[in-house]
Amino acid sequence: MSSILIIQNALYLGEAVDIVVRDGKIESVTPHEEPTLTRGEEFPEDAELVDAGGLKVFPSFIDCHVHLREPGFEYKEDIRSGLRTAAHGGFGAVMAMANTRPVNDTASVTEAMLKKARTTWPHGPRLYPVGAATVDLEGKELAPMAELARAGCAAISNDGRPVGGAEMFRRCMEYAHTQGLIVIDHCEDPTLAKDAHMNEGATSGRIGVKGQSVVAESMQAARDILLAEYLDIPVHLAHISCRQSVDLIRWAKARGVKVTAETCPHYLLLDDTELENYSTMAKVNPPLRTPDDVAAMRTALQDGTIDILVTDHAPHAEHEKECTLDEAPNGISGMDSAVALTWTLVTDGLISEADFIRHWCHEPGRIFNLPVNRFAPGDPADFFLFDPTQEWVLTPEAMHSKGKNTPFLGRTLTGRVTAHWMGGIRIV
Amino acid sequence: MQDKQRFTWPHKDLLDVSQLSLDEANYLLDTAEQFHEINQRPVKKVPTLKGKSVVLFFAEASTRTKTSFDVAGKRLSADTFALTKSGSSLVKGESLKDTALTLQAMNPDVIVIRHWSSGAAQYLAERLDCAVVNAGDGWHAHPTQALLDAFSLRQKWGKDFSGKTVLILGDILHSRVARSNVNLLTKLGATVRLCAPHTLLPAGVRDWPVTVHTSLDEAVQGVDAVMCLRLQLERQQAGLLPDLSEYAGTFCLTARHLAMAAPGALILHPGPMNRGLEIASDIADCAESLVLTQVASGVAVRMAILFLHATRKDGGSK
Repeated sequence: MSSILIIQNALYLGEAVDIVVRDGKIESVTPHEEPTLTRGEEFPEDAELVDAGGLKVFPSFIDCHVHLREPGFEYKEDIRSGLRTAAHGGFGAVMAMANTRPVNDTASVTEAMLKKARTTWPHGPRLYPVGAATVDLEGKELAPMAELARAGCAAISNDGRPVGGAEMFRRCMEYAHTQGLIVIDHCEDPTLAKDAHMNEGATSGRIGVKGQSVVAESMQAARDILLAEYLDIPVHLAHISCRQSVDLIRWAKARGVKVTAETCPHYLLLDDTELENYSTMAKVNPPLRTPDDVAAMRTALQDGTIDILVTDHAPHAEHEKECTLDEAPNGISGMDSAVALTWTLVTDGLISEADFIRHWCHEPGRIFNLPVNRFAPGDPADFFLFDPTQEWVLTPEAMHSKGKNTPFLGRTLTGRVTAHWMGGIRIV
Repeated sequence: MQDKQRFTWPHKDLLDVSQLSLDEANYLLDTAEQFHEINQRPVKKVPTLKGKSVVLFFAEASTRTKTSFDVAGKRLSADTFALTKSGSSLVKGESLKDTALTLQAMNPDVIVIRHWSSGAAQYLAERLDCAVVNAGDGWHAHPTQALLDAFSLRQKWGKDFSGKTVLILGDILHSRVARSNVNLLTKLGATVRLCAPHTLLPAGVRDWPVTVHTSLDEAVQGVDAVMCLRLQLERQQAGLLPDLSEYAGTFCLTARHLAMAAPGALILHPGPMNRGLEIASDIADCAESLVLTQVASGVAVRMAILFLHATRKDGGSK
């Protein structure tokens, strides 16, 4: 016996639609009809009917860059709380970085993560572990990528402890490509970023804090681009933050280099003046840049230089950010607020609603070869309802993540996920 | 002191001179003048802060600043308690938050803090009810040094620094003294020049209200005062300088440079000095050197700072 879910009167790209889901797959999406569908011969009596009331419907988003902290740092976040946060934030899939303890550099760690996700929430958001590029993230020996790929890793990355040596990074790209995986590079030159606590610029100079220049990022972005062109192998650049980097990526794309890039809500919305009062909540790596960089990032998202949006969700325990700026760890807890924050890019007219869906869903799915709901018959019935006018305050209580570390804390956000289905099963 | 007490000092804390208006800075310096007079008396002690307690929390090594605050407190009859990094279990391995709460529990009237982290004084101030006085935080600010420098200069120049040019020479990048002095000297009307190699200049310095020079010969032309900064020897080890003798050969203030300054140009140094590295020994000891004046000014200015911050809640008369 098949199960049927009907969502009535949801707004998809400006059009009111009725969505019929059968056995977890999209069966049809048709223009909404008044009067609303009624139970009849066509549908069994037990079909679940949901009136969306004209709210927007989006395919479940994919967050290709999160830190779920399990194994090893469960006091910051764990797979259960991370997936719960994802579900409430509108994400049906997350890619979890390898800087756990132990590092995800063997099949046993990958398998343990996947098992935990399956058992803790069988119908919840999908977890895609990202395997380490080098053993223990040390940049010395290649990690067993074939084993990681077989175990279920969706990509390879040394995020958090980037590969400094160009020769080693080249081998990572080549070997990952052999396994059919793409390398995600956290672009950071370790010498230029050494001991830095924020962006180097007018603010760091004034408040007397050691900064890292944009060159720490852009130089590695250039390295990756040149290697990608030379090797003819794709590379994905993580959390790009500055004008120099997007100028290089734009140049590379025009040359046909297989480079893709992501950025995060905070690089589009905040600049380094956030740290003027030594706010540890705004300490993140790469650091918040200058207003000019923010303007460049917004343009790069608009013109397609930046392919996808990610959160770089990096939860920390409260006491870890309750210290001086130089002692605080980097990171912003992002999944609770990302969709509402980036929705402002649509309401501001920077990107269209279709772009919004593309950056958060279609492109991530394409780059990392993940299943995506395009609302075509047979697609996975993963989608959420979004109330674009609901105002809510981002309080610690309103957040589902264990990590309350965000510079947006206390802000009133507009737009909220009100319901979420994965495979036709309601999870929020 | 009586009429001064009718004015309520508006700031709970002294974190940097940037928070002070010109009038407030002058008021503080005027107050220091009166304490300076007390310091010339045979009996250098007044009961003004009797019963008040001042904690000197020095997480970073300091001799002169700590002693200066200690003397200032004792001359006002306050009880001073020193808490230093070495020999103190309080600081070792303890977060600044817990140190702050521990200090708060002692219920002091003023906490004077010296700390290696930029922003540490603000961190304490945001969490404590008592007054917090910044005695130097990382590379950020050293307001009491800037105030005592200004106090030393105004004994020579009077209150208005208009028309005066001050050169700050040396490691600007890592200097909280430079940052606070740029702020206060420009507030008092002086023109400020900075001189250092590019490796010791902070990002964005071109947007500060100063002119920036990398040639000492050029920078020193016609200036009315030169403030030399201490060069920390580890800057060379960090690769910011080739070697110390090259630095001394390029940026050490000598008699040859002073000949290009305005006649009678004054010399300042926050101490401790590296003679022969950032300042020639004969210059440090010359008649125009204010180095020892600065030490005396330091006590008077810190008495004023402790007085204003410890009595602001007492509501008028004592």
